[in-house]
Amino acid sequence: MAVIELDGVEKHFTVRKRARADTGAPAPPTGRAGRRARTVVRAVDGLTFSIEPGAIVGYLGPNGAGKSTTVKMLTGILVPSAGRIRVAGLDPSRDRVALARKVGVVFGQRTTLWWDLPLRDSFDLVRRLYRVEAPRYRRNLDRLVGLLELEDLLDTPVRQLSLGQRMRGDLAAALLHDPEIVYLDEPTIGLDVVSKAAVREFLESINRERGTTVLLTTHDLGDVERLCSRVMVIDHGRLAFDGDLAGLRSLVPSERVVVVDLAVPLPPLVVAGVRASRTDGPRQWFTVPAGGSLADLVAQIVAGHEVSDLTVEEPAIEDVVSLIYRRGARGG
Amino acid sequence: MAEASAKLADAMRAFGLLCWAWTRAAWQYPASLLLLTVGQALATTLDVLAIVVIFANTDELGGFSAAEVLFLYATTSTSFAIADTLMGTVERLGRHVRSGAFDVMLLRPVSALVQVAADTFSPRRLGKLVPALAALALSLNLLDTQWTAGRILMVPVMVICGTLIYCGIWVLGASYQFVAADAAEAMNVTTYGGNYVTQYPLTVFSSEWVRALTWVVPLAFVNWYPALYVFGRPDPHGYPAGMQFASPIAAVLALVAASFAWRAGVRHYRSTGS
Amino acid sequence: MGLYTMVAWRSLRRHATYRAATVAGAFTNTIFGFIRAYILIALWTQRPQIGGYDVTAAVTFCFLGQSLIAAVGAFLPTVSAELSERIRNGDIAIDLFRPADFQGWWLSHELGRATHALVFRGLPPLLIGALFFDLTWPSGWRVVAVVLSVALAIVVSFGLRYLVTLTAFWLLDDAGPASIAMLAGTFLSGLLIPLVLLPGWLGTVARSTPWAATIQSPSDIWLGVYGGAGVLAVLGLQALWAVVLLLTGRRLTERARRRVVVQGG
Repeated sequence: MAVIELDGVEKHFTVRKRARADTGAPAPPTGRAGRRARTVVRAVDGLTFSIEPGAIVGYLGPNGAGKSTTVKMLTGILVPSAGRIRVAGLDPSRDRVALARKVGVVFGQRTTLWWDLPLRDSFDLVRRLYRVEAPRYRRNLDRLVGLLELEDLLDTPVRQLSLGQRMRGDLAAALLHDPEIVYLDEPTIGLDVVSKAAVREFLESINRERGTTVLLTTHDLGDVERLCSRVMVIDHGRLAFDGDLAGLRSLVPSERVVVVDLAVPLPPLVVAGVRASRTDGPRQWFTVPAGGSLADLVAQIVAGHEVSDLTVEEPAIEDVVSLIYRRGARGG
Repeated sequence: MAEASAKLADAMRAFGLLCWAWTRAAWQYPASLLLLTVGQALATTLDVLAIVVIFANTDELGGFSAAEVLFLYATTSTSFAIADTLMGTVERLGRHVRSGAFDVMLLRPVSALVQVAADTFSPRRLGKLVPALAALALSLNLLDTQWTAGRILMVPVMVICGTLIYCGIWVLGASYQFVAADAAEAMNVTTYGGNYVTQYPLTVFSSEWVRALTWVVPLAFVNWYPALYVFGRPDPHGYPAGMQFASPIAAVLALVAASFAWRAGVRHYRSTGS
Repeated sequence: MGLYTMVAWRSLRRHATYRAATVAGAFTNTIFGFIRAYILIALWTQRPQIGGYDVTAAVTFCFLGQSLIAAVGAFLPTVSAELSERIRNGDIAIDLFRPADFQGWWLSHELGRATHALVFRGLPPLLIGALFFDLTWPSGWRVVAVVLSVALAIVVSFGLRYLVTLTAFWLLDDAGPASIAMLAGTFLSGLLIPLVLLPGWLGTVARSTPWAATIQSPSDIWLGVYGGAGVLAVLGLQALWAVVLLLTGRRLTERARRRVVVQGG
């Protein structure tokens, strides 16, 4: 039984604007004297997918692709123009309040906490508004505060917290009421490497322990690689890809790099018709073009030279994804 | 019916919780809170000062005595102060819409209206009650009326109905900001301007104004019509005596209109985004 | 273009972009003008020549006040929210040590804002009021006197609000003095009720305050309350307040500059 189901969902906006470079939407036809006419933007254009409980799904797409619009429809903030949405068996546009009790949300750009109140007060408000019983609240609060290292920040007003601290506060607030589903919109944005790792670890642990379904909207492919077993790529309001990371990589045939650590430094080798693209002391890089034989190259290197170490670099997920975006923009 | 009252109880509980959280936060700085409250009281005292200065120069304004005008001021300002404390912040809706804070409100299992109304609740606005209640006490003392049971009862009834009418007008004006986020200041004319107008006997204003304040924006029911009953005066514009008891009806209509407008506004917001 | 002219022009241009706010403000000022006018008419009907005005003068006074509200910043607590914020967060240190004259800069900024306000929030209440009520208009040399008086009123108002803004250097924030100044200003400028209604010495004292110089004075010159000598006296008092407030402002700016150095910015 899927916990999130979308079927042919569409969202249209009527806009009176010029063409926006980031959406790639065409400029609306102009009337006399170049007045901007109204145009219908299909932010979401026939989205269909379902998510099983306990999954962590990455939701990628270029700016303006329709990611936030999707999340807003899933939470009931926006009502779809067409199609059907069911989250935890409820229709978000009709049962917003009932659904809100089962859902936690973290927006990267905007806090869900109360700006002028101390963190502790915000948590307490969440407890009361979501009607969490005292003992469960105590347990959750202690666990979350411990996991996210918020003990010293509890009495600080939210407006005085740094971005990383506020993000952790938002995460705690989103999970205090044991939601079934959590939507995270850019949760690691602006965080330093250590904080990012901490947040990712934290998300993985709550998913493991409580089976919380996580939909992770992000531009940070590090998040995706670390957490997501499934990835959806949305572009121009439609699903461009829905599968796992390996599948994503295979979508775009691209070159791989073999990194060889020779026993001694040598001038750049030419092996199986491939010349080392770069050398650094004993280390040499070989770029194998798409479709080329990796096995042959490796066999020949090892056969002809003393090798102390050898690794194969997969194409960076960034490159794969940006290729998909670019393909979408070209319409190819 | 049971569901409606359960929802109302829920809303009130959430409102109380949020207001209490804000009050506790403001209470951390008691000196500042006190000063701000005094400031609010002083600002509204200016309105009384104007009336005092006017009556230093004359015995009668628009055919009404100083005690009667003071009563009019007191009743509308008391209703206004309470409504402002409860609902005043809804006028900031445009800001919430523009900043995305309204989206965050829609994420919570609480009515959006309650959240907007309770946002940055501060008990300092109750400071406005000080001059209003003082004027009420004074005017009740000075008024030259035959106090019947009906007239005595009318005073709290008119203050309550007046509060509800102001709340309705505030929410109506705020709802318009779903469509035009910059309209906030123009809507203030109905609330702050409405308070100003009703501090004076409506005989001061032209008959078009009285009609507008009766049929378009029901501010005349906040204090004017019920006050005519309390003073025991016939309606100077020839309206039927029944109007003097119609404040509860006006209050209900204002709340119904506000409820429609707000819901329509939210529906519009949820279909067009921000 | 001189530096200060450019500052004024840029300020004017910037304030011109807030179109919705300007329209809403003009609308509000006009409606309140109508309400006040009716109240004053009711009073003057009872006591026809009170305070030396006739009813037409009273109504004109009312709409003049409404027109001047925006230009004269009657409900603006400080010179500029941006300036107050810079003082609060310390960025002001840079501004204080720039080669340009600090007070002069903000005065130019204010002149730009006030000019825009005078036209776009000043004309509507006056003209719309004129459509519905009988107003009196100045003629001949009085017109020049009015223009001078309004210019001085704007400078006096700036002087007052500049001092209020500077208190933020010594107090944590200017909200306190700003509210007191606004309270005093609302009453003493004649906006709430014409100061001619205040009896005896109270009225005389009120009319000598700098706040009265912002609205009561230009209005009285417009209304022709004073003869030639009287007009010169009023203009002189306005000029005197302008000079006193600006000079005090300069002294305080110096003190603020020294304070910033001592505190390390």
